[in-house]
Amino acid sequence: MSTFQLLNGLTFAALLFVVASGFTLIFGLLRIVNLAHGALYLFGGYVGFAVATKTGSFALGGLGAMAAIAAIGFVLDQGLLRFVRGNDLRQVLLTLGFAFVLDDLALVIWGGDSFTVPIPQILRGGVRVFGVFYPTYRLFVLVTGIVVFAALWMLLNHTRLGALIRAGVDDAEMVEASGVNIRRVFLVTFLLGSALAGLGGLMGGAFLSLYPSADAEILVFSLAIVIIGGRGSLIGVGVGSLLVGLLNTLGQVMFPELAYFVIFGPMAVLLAFRPLGLFGRAAST
Amino acid sequence: MTQVTPQPTAIAGMTGRAATIVLIVLALAAALPLVLSNYQVGLATEMLIFGVLAMSIDILAGFAGRTSLGHGAIFGVAGYVVVYASAQAGLPPAVAFLLGMIAATLVAVIFGLLAVRTSGVYFLLLTLALGMIVWGICLRWTQVTGGENGMRGDVRPAFLVSHRAFYWAVLAAVTVVSYAMWRFVRSPFGLTLLGIRDSESRMRSLGYNVSLHLFVGFTVSGFFAGIAGALYAMFNNFVSPSTVALAQSVEGVLMMIAGGVGTLFGGFVGAAAIIALENVVSAYTERWQMVLGVTFILIMIFAPEGIIGTLRAILTRKGR
Repeated sequence: MSTFQLLNGLTFAALLFVVASGFTLIFGLLRIVNLAHGALYLFGGYVGFAVATKTGSFALGGLGAMAAIAAIGFVLDQGLLRFVRGNDLRQVLLTLGFAFVLDDLALVIWGGDSFTVPIPQILRGGVRVFGVFYPTYRLFVLVTGIVVFAALWMLLNHTRLGALIRAGVDDAEMVEASGVNIRRVFLVTFLLGSALAGLGGLMGGAFLSLYPSADAEILVFSLAIVIIGGRGSLIGVGVGSLLVGLLNTLGQVMFPELAYFVIFGPMAVLLAFRPLGLFGRAAST
Repeated sequence: MTQVTPQPTAIAGMTGRAATIVLIVLALAAALPLVLSNYQVGLATEMLIFGVLAMSIDILAGFAGRTSLGHGAIFGVAGYVVVYASAQAGLPPAVAFLLGMIAATLVAVIFGLLAVRTSGVYFLLLTLALGMIVWGICLRWTQVTGGENGMRGDVRPAFLVSHRAFYWAVLAAVTVVSYAMWRFVRSPFGLTLLGIRDSESRMRSLGYNVSLHLFVGFTVSGFFAGIAGALYAMFNNFVSPSTVALAQSVEGVLMMIAGGVGTLFGGFVGAAAIIALENVVSAYTERWQMVLGVTFILIMIFAPEGIIGTLRAILTRKGR
């Protein structure tokens, strides 16, 4: 693989990390498999696109996307999921129904054309890195991915909220019994996870562009990452994203039409030996 | 556990009364094309085909406790192979049909090998991911699948071209397939699946090979989904990525749930309800996807036992 392709894989992995970390946070703590995550990504991208073109500011687009998707997440969690708490299957299928509604809503509002979020002036063009000329924006995505990883790492390992989330992943009932309002921790996590999907949508919207089936594609990647990395593990998402991002790029180079198939391999192998994923632990309940 | 004591007056494994009901329903179904328009006969055909898909999902969901979100892909693969074999490779319809069934079963074998290692939400996630990989391939492998445009081809043999003839053929096939599925879930094998649904660890300690049973269950279920898919390809003479898309699996699951999980024949009720709804809605708006999503959310919140189950619960409550 050439340096250029390696960088492509890494930047794609960084985007996947931003999206999938939100997915696994929610899955890990709330035990909710949010199949609307892909739709949240796409919707976030569209909102970010709308805000960024209207205000001319990429940063405002990012903030708008995160705020809007967190708000949609709030509606999903408090308005709908509260009725089916504790029932895994009903939760999953409900989020799937929600995804259908969101996708169709996006189709009504923005139509079926594909959009590309405008990149700010300073990130346009390319720079020379490791001997190749590479688009600045994609490097920016890579840096953002690393920053998000570091921020989540700090949040989870060095704050009180992070400690509660980690404790909740292991045993939510015990945390609640020790006098913590776990519902509030759940809600904050859900909003944070949704906001990350929104941020991912804006970032991805600028180099992968936004179109009606983009949500399904990003959802498959997120699922593969969580299946590979394991439930609720930040390191797992990181490793999973790198693996899926690099393999996908390699696949696109070697068999352009069957690239999708390449991520299937590691998933199959992993399931055969570690059904809970590389870093997953059995649920305590 | 279901009652399995053999009845003295059993006809093909059914009690006399059940057999009478089945015969009446079949006679009514066979008479339908005489009173319906061609368009309505088409709808009825579609309901029968999707009923089989919903039942194949119910074999796993209702009897083995594993809800699959990948059956739309298995269904769609059969369709793709049928259209490809007859339109591109020029094989006769019967051979194409057979190849479609074999292909679907092979896909089910692969899905099954992986999926039986998981349970609960992981099973759902994995079957979803596998199904979407199939969708991705159908979308991108343009040379073979026709990409986004899909493939068109006259698959039906000459004597089945009319709406009525095709409906009767489908009705006959669906009757045989439904009977086979019913016998399957009532067989000792099906009862073992029920046992696995209720307590995997107990079945394991009783000496049953749980993974093997689930694997065979998955394959059989995929085989039936493949028959539905091959029939659907003949019905439509067309396949496209939306035939294998997640929405297809989701509609199948929704039909299964609407009809009642674990009722098997409820699949037909669910299929009829959802297809009727789709038709009514499509007459007024193009937003079928949204209505489907809302229906799904409402059923999950208010009627997780399915329409039949919920009605039954309401009736028993009133009856007391």
